[in-house]
Amino acid sequence: MFQRLRENKSVQGTLLALPTMIWLSVLLILPLLLTLVISFGRRSPDGNVIFTFTLDNYIRLLGYHTNCAGGQARCFDPIYATILWRSLVLAFNTTVLVILLGYPLAYFIARAHPKKRNLYLFMVLIPLWTNFVIRVYAWMMLLRKEGGINIALGWFANLLGIPFQPLEMLYTPGAVLVGMVYEFLPFMILPIFTSLEKIDNSLYEAAADLGANAIRTFLRVTLPLSMPGVVAGTILVFIPVMGTFIVSDILGGRQVILVGNLIQRQYLDARDPTFGAAAALILMVMTLIVTYFYTRRFGFGEEIVAV
Amino acid sequence: MAGEFAVELRDVVKNFITPEGSELAAVDHVTMQIRNGEFFSMLGSSGCGKTTSLRMIAGFEWPTEGEIYIEGKAVGHTPPFQRKVNTVFQNYALFQHMTVFENVAFGLEMEGAAKEEIKKRVAKALEMVQLTGMERRRPRQLSGGQQQRVAVARALVKIPDVLLLDEPLGALDLKLRKEMQLELKALQQQLGITFVYVTHDQEEALTMSDRIAVMSKGAVRQIGTPVEIYERPSNRFVADFIGEANFFDGRIKSLAKDEALVYVPALNADLTGLPVSDGLVNGEEVVVSIRPEKVRITAEETMNTNLFRGKVTNTVYIGTDTHVYLDVCNAKLKVYEQNRISRLDPGSFYTVGQEVLLILPPENTLFLKKD
Amino acid sequence: MNPFRRSPFVIAATILVYFFLYAPIVGLVLYSFNASRTNVKFEGIIPAFSERVVMDGSLVKSSPCGPFHWYCDLAKNDDVLEAAGNTLKIAITATILSTIIGTMAALALQRYDFKLKLFSQVSLYIPIVIPEIVMGIGALTLFSQLFQFLNSTLNLSGDARLSLGIVTVTVSHIAFMIPFVTLVVQARLQGFDKSFEEAAMDLGADEWTTFRRVTFPMILPGVLSGALLAFTLSLDDFVITFFTNGPGSTTLPIYVYGLLRRIITPQVNALSTIWILVVFIAVLSLQLIQNRTEKA
Repeated sequence: MFQRLRENKSVQGTLLALPTMIWLSVLLILPLLLTLVISFGRRSPDGNVIFTFTLDNYIRLLGYHTNCAGGQARCFDPIYATILWRSLVLAFNTTVLVILLGYPLAYFIARAHPKKRNLYLFMVLIPLWTNFVIRVYAWMMLLRKEGGINIALGWFANLLGIPFQPLEMLYTPGAVLVGMVYEFLPFMILPIFTSLEKIDNSLYEAAADLGANAIRTFLRVTLPLSMPGVVAGTILVFIPVMGTFIVSDILGGRQVILVGNLIQRQYLDARDPTFGAAAALILMVMTLIVTYFYTRRFGFGEEIVAV
Repeated sequence: MAGEFAVELRDVVKNFITPEGSELAAVDHVTMQIRNGEFFSMLGSSGCGKTTSLRMIAGFEWPTEGEIYIEGKAVGHTPPFQRKVNTVFQNYALFQHMTVFENVAFGLEMEGAAKEEIKKRVAKALEMVQLTGMERRRPRQLSGGQQQRVAVARALVKIPDVLLLDEPLGALDLKLRKEMQLELKALQQQLGITFVYVTHDQEEALTMSDRIAVMSKGAVRQIGTPVEIYERPSNRFVADFIGEANFFDGRIKSLAKDEALVYVPALNADLTGLPVSDGLVNGEEVVVSIRPEKVRITAEETMNTNLFRGKVTNTVYIGTDTHVYLDVCNAKLKVYEQNRISRLDPGSFYTVGQEVLLILPPENTLFLKKD
Repeated sequence: MNPFRRSPFVIAATILVYFFLYAPIVGLVLYSFNASRTNVKFEGIIPAFSERVVMDGSLVKSSPCGPFHWYCDLAKNDDVLEAAGNTLKIAITATILSTIIGTMAALALQRYDFKLKLFSQVSLYIPIVIPEIVMGIGALTLFSQLFQFLNSTLNLSGDARLSLGIVTVTVSHIAFMIPFVTLVVQARLQGFDKSFEEAAMDLGADEWTTFRRVTFPMILPGVLSGALLAFTLSLDDFVITFFTNGPGSTTLPIYVYGLLRRIITPQVNALSTIWILVVFIAVLSLQLIQNRTEKA
């Protein structure tokens, strides 16, 4: 028995991976399937799930009401489509901003003296280890009318002698965008750094030797070679932004509703898990499509575990 | 000591599954017998099956077919930690998180030896490889040669029946490698332990071994002493792989008890008086092989057999020898002539276009089976 | 060509980004000393120590703890202490279990070929490519359906009824932590040469001894960084906890989130400051230990 196990590498491997496979199947894959099943179900009056097969939830998501106040059979109100679109646009904007802000810093760290690199990296990680909720709270304090930004602006205005009216920044789409960028910036910096660090210095020398100036070296050598990092970073930023509801909840108030807020409210306030499940599935499908096309174009590197 | 053989491989096959899913025989029906106390080498280029054979003796791989015997006991499916063989790895595989002492002591600890005994034996082993005083160093703080010695000490401290060495000198520079070759050989003679040595370096194998198995494509091509392998290769592969040789296609014209006559079309001549090798029949197509240093260039016309007239096409001076390239009839021939006399005088060189006489001495002209 | 040459643009951007990263944190810490109870405006640091708390309207004039008034207040807050306890309990349990399970899977994936290898490898990417909220509501659905079923079939009532709590949170945390541990350890295993293990076996160590004496010490740095990542993920997690927690299993992030929707006193800032400090010290010391083991 033991001898047979000793020689059967395949069984050894299976046994080692078994706890992971079971755990992930029961707690990640089964829940996803269950979500799929109940998204075709109906809500009972007391907020429970009735297992059946109906497309009502998806029809509602598309904006068609199955019973309208006006008594028509169907009427159209694209409120949920708007929410989905808003989430996509926000995720896109956040990703672009995060690349623009994160790339130079990642480049700076990767090209820094090796002895100092760890310190600079550590400085990126500290805010990341500060709790997610606390980071949103920090921005809430900065953005509100009496907050840090208005104080700073007021001080400048006073210095220049311009009359200053505190800006209303909290509970705006802009506030949500800033919060998202802040939350996810480290997730872009680290993978880009990892791929930049791999670039051998001789490549820069070769480029210079062949007559490329700084800008052309960057465009022709650095940027293409760091693409795996940008791809990994984009996945690590885009997907969570699509699904987050705290940032919009706290910095957007009731003004900026994203698909995450929609799902959360269906589960906890409106008590309609079937509709929430349908929304969650649409969200998942959207992120998977984006990931699929993105990684098919650029590949899926090991930088994904750089964080 | 049970039996004459320290290690015996009987008809051993090892198949691997390639990433594409097909089966590949890394070792293909290999049979060899390694005698007690001998320095045995497996020689071949990469992928010839020598390392796989060694790993099967060590117990890291199990044979697909056939059986392996160590000291007469079948061990094909015995795990490595139950075999009385030890290995010196190509990359040394020293435990980086242990000191030199801990590395060497590891094997004794596994035997459950007492602390005092471990101390004594480790000290002795380190002395043997001239590393006394390095006990507390970590492997990373040692030079390549020192790491190599630790690996040898670690394996030998267990006093194995057989010591397996997998290209142990591959990572060292040439000078150090030559030193270590002699040292390992001396160590083996002093301890009397059977060494099985894997290498792709023919000079190394010839220098150190009592016997050599030349391998290619998973099969043994010849087993013999260094002299046998070089002077009497049993096939074209071995003749070509070890040293250098001139090859001509030929046909056996007559076959006596101890002499043969072979016709070589490229020379448009019969070679007479060649030593007979086994397993060849009259009329068979063969390959005639002669080592470049065995060909003699002579000035005067003698009554010799196998005498040819050739024209020099190029000469290369390489210090110990001069390489002379010749056209002989329709064949190309290279001849290595030792520089017994100084070549400072330009007149002592052959000039391109010069006609010379050549003798292919029959006792050193072999005819071999076509591969 | 100087390899460390930097353009002024890169330096300017770097300074800007670091400022962007740290300004909110500095503000957060500063406000934890705020004299104003409402915490809307910064009314200066609580100036003085005194026998007892002296208030002037919503301003704290003096306190037994002086500027650290809100920190003392926090220590008296049972809810916070309970939440902190829960957070640690969950994080420690989940880290230990996910590190063991994840390391096993990493070894399997890196060393062995087996039938479900592709399935295992692909399933590791689920938490990366699927938004956390989807996993959160999935777990919630699973637990609520399962508990509903069990409670009614087993006729459980009262306290015996299965409900969301510290166990469901921990179990769900482990599920999303395993893949990260596995991927990190797997990446570290890539450079691990099998010959070290073969050498140990060759010298007479059986499989278990080989693992204990050679494999484990050698992969320990990788396992530690996997565990560190898992621990910070668990501490930081909001979404999964939000959907799987129940009465009595509130964690700190959930607690803070609850506060943000009500009245915010500088206590929250004090809590955040302590949080940052604790995580900072923990991570720094682990990093130092790891550097030392890697150098040795």
